Amino acid sequence: MSDKPKSESSTRRTFLRNGARVAAMTGLGALGGVLVNRSQAESWVWQIDPQKCLRCGNCATKCVLEQSAVKCVHAFAMCGYCNLCTGYFEPEPNALSTAAENQLCPTGAIKRTFVEDPYYEYKIDEKLCIGCAKCVEGCNRFGNGSLFLQIRHDRCVHCNECAIARTCPGDAFRRVPAKQPYLLKTTHAH
Amino acid sequence: MPTQSEKKKWEKGDKEYGTSNVGAPFHLFTFSLFRVSHALIVLLFLAWLPAFAEPRFPPPDFTETNHQIPTTTTPSARAEWLQYLDVAVLGAGLVVALWCIYKQRSRRGLFWLGIFSLAYFGFWRKGCVCAIGAPQNVILGLFDANYTVPLSVIAFFALPLIVALFAGRAFCAGVCPHGALQDLLLIKPVKVPAWLEHALGVLPFIFLGFGLSFAATGTGFPICRYDPIVPIFRLSGPGLLISLAILTLVLSLFVGRPYCRFLCPYGALLKLASLASKWRVRVTPDVCTQCQLCENSCPFGAMREPSAGNVEPKQLTSERRRFGWLLVLVPLLIAGGAWIGSALAVPVSKMNPTIELAERYINQQKSPANYGPMTPEALSLQRAEHDSEALLKSATDLRHRFWLSCVIFGGWVGLVLGVKLASLSLRTKRTDFEPDRGACFGCARCFRSCPQELVRIGRMPAGDLPQSPVAAAAKT
Repeated sequence: MSDKPKSESSTRRTFLRNGARVAAMTGLGALGGVLVNRSQAESWVWQIDPQKCLRCGNCATKCVLEQSAVKCVHAFAMCGYCNLCTGYFEPEPNALSTAAENQLCPTGAIKRTFVEDPYYEYKIDEKLCIGCAKCVEGCNRFGNGSLFLQIRHDRCVHCNECAIARTCPGDAFRRVPAKQPYLLKTTHAH
Repeated sequence: MPTQSEKKKWEKGDKEYGTSNVGAPFHLFTFSLFRVSHALIVLLFLAWLPAFAEPRFPPPDFTETNHQIPTTTTPSARAEWLQYLDVAVLGAGLVVALWCIYKQRSRRGLFWLGIFSLAYFGFWRKGCVCAIGAPQNVILGLFDANYTVPLSVIAFFALPLIVALFAGRAFCAGVCPHGALQDLLLIKPVKVPAWLEHALGVLPFIFLGFGLSFAATGTGFPICRYDPIVPIFRLSGPGLLISLAILTLVLSLFVGRPYCRFLCPYGALLKLASLASKWRVRVTPDVCTQCQLCENSCPFGAMREPSAGNVEPKQLTSERRRFGWLLVLVPLLIAGGAWIGSALAVPVSKMNPTIELAERYINQQKSPANYGPMTPEALSLQRAEHDSEALLKSATDLRHRFWLSCVIFGGWVGLVLGVKLASLSLRTKRTDFEPDRGACFGCARCFRSCPQELVRIGRMPAGDLPQSPVAAAAKT
């Protein structure tokens, strides 16, 4: 093409094109400069603030994953190891046994094991937990509040916009640094 | 703090917990008290505070069995360096795509690159991180000082654009997993009629404006939310989106890259950028013989035919006049769009969760609706009641921002329609069949349709080159 004499319109077009490209590069550069100046190298992930969580049950159904990335986790050090665990048992259990009809958890994801009289330990089977927060509600309302919901980062796909966060009635979701990706409950202050 | 005897009594099976003798704190949560005055709530809250500071049931120390209390597991998030790997893969993918398009002119290379991108960015990274959604992060980062855009997202936003400014849509050609999936599925391309192609072609620009104006108000990322391909990468998602995804897949069997051409907002940006690109894809490796064999080789409607000879001066004048009138129409369309935008600002702003909650809270004061206990609606209203002033204030602020962004979005739609209409009257002088700079994805399909290319790669002896109709016409 170069050996052909360039027509007037071709040079005009080339001039416009070059001008547009320079302008676009300048714009991109400025934009990038502003953003890089503000940005941090660390990446961010979504997490639930357990102090804001209202235990509504959205986490079980609104996640984009087939099985929600939100699971119940247990701060064992806060747990009273109660025999009558209000996170484990239905409000009016027939008996304090592991029979399914007594359990609050719809999938039987909480494993109750005897430790010593009168203490029982409760562990979450994450494969079964659907993040419905029924146990969290029971434990927080009547117990120590040692059960709470967290996004499990081995499951979360880190959506740009978290689908649960959008519908969270407690506004409990926020982005946290990926280096400290959990907002855990710890033992009581004193 | 409950005494041991209280605790024993509790554990013996207090059937009515929450209502009787478990102590005042629990009354706060019972629903009968939701609508008592704020003063009472504050009073109860103060009474409850001391109980909050210490556990109701002190954790045991397990003196008998010396039981070790387990710790809470915290599976770590994705390692920090892996985001740089994503950027490196993106950069390498772009380089390989450019090499395949310009140097190798190889469809096969782009095919395998597409499969790799589909596997890595699609099924391995599950569609996030992604350049298509990145403009939203960028605009939110500009408007919201509290939101920091990660460096990797800035790179995903900028790198494909910079490449497009110099060498066209190499990102679309083989690096974007969305494009790769649709491209691989294309088995029987149907030609989309020009009028439909032009009409649907404005959708990406409108969707881009929609996504950006929503993201700027902090309402969320609609480009990500309504993405019809990502549910396939995740093999899960909301029912509506799954059906949309299946529809897109079925459509892409017969229509070349329907999402890329008629919806992708990042594609709209890349299209603009590649209109100004320094280099471009050409069908023929050297000289065009005007054989017209490449005419139907493009499944994406990007091939442009040579302009038909000299135009009647009369026709040209009327076309110029039409173009002039359309240019006058552009500001009117912008103003009209902005006006419609401002009229729609209030209803549209309800898509923002904060504004929606504030509206519901005000309605609740006028005519209380009955939501079931522990439903998200009831719980969010409870939160609204707790700090209604702050909520209403932030909702009012947001509504102002919404109004502005709706006006800008409306104006943008007017601008897009106006420029599209005006551009239809533009004539381009073209001597050869050429892919359109903006519409070409650089898929390299057209290369093999050119006999010159077949000679170049040794698939055809040079003597078999067909006579060009133009040359033949000149001879006779």
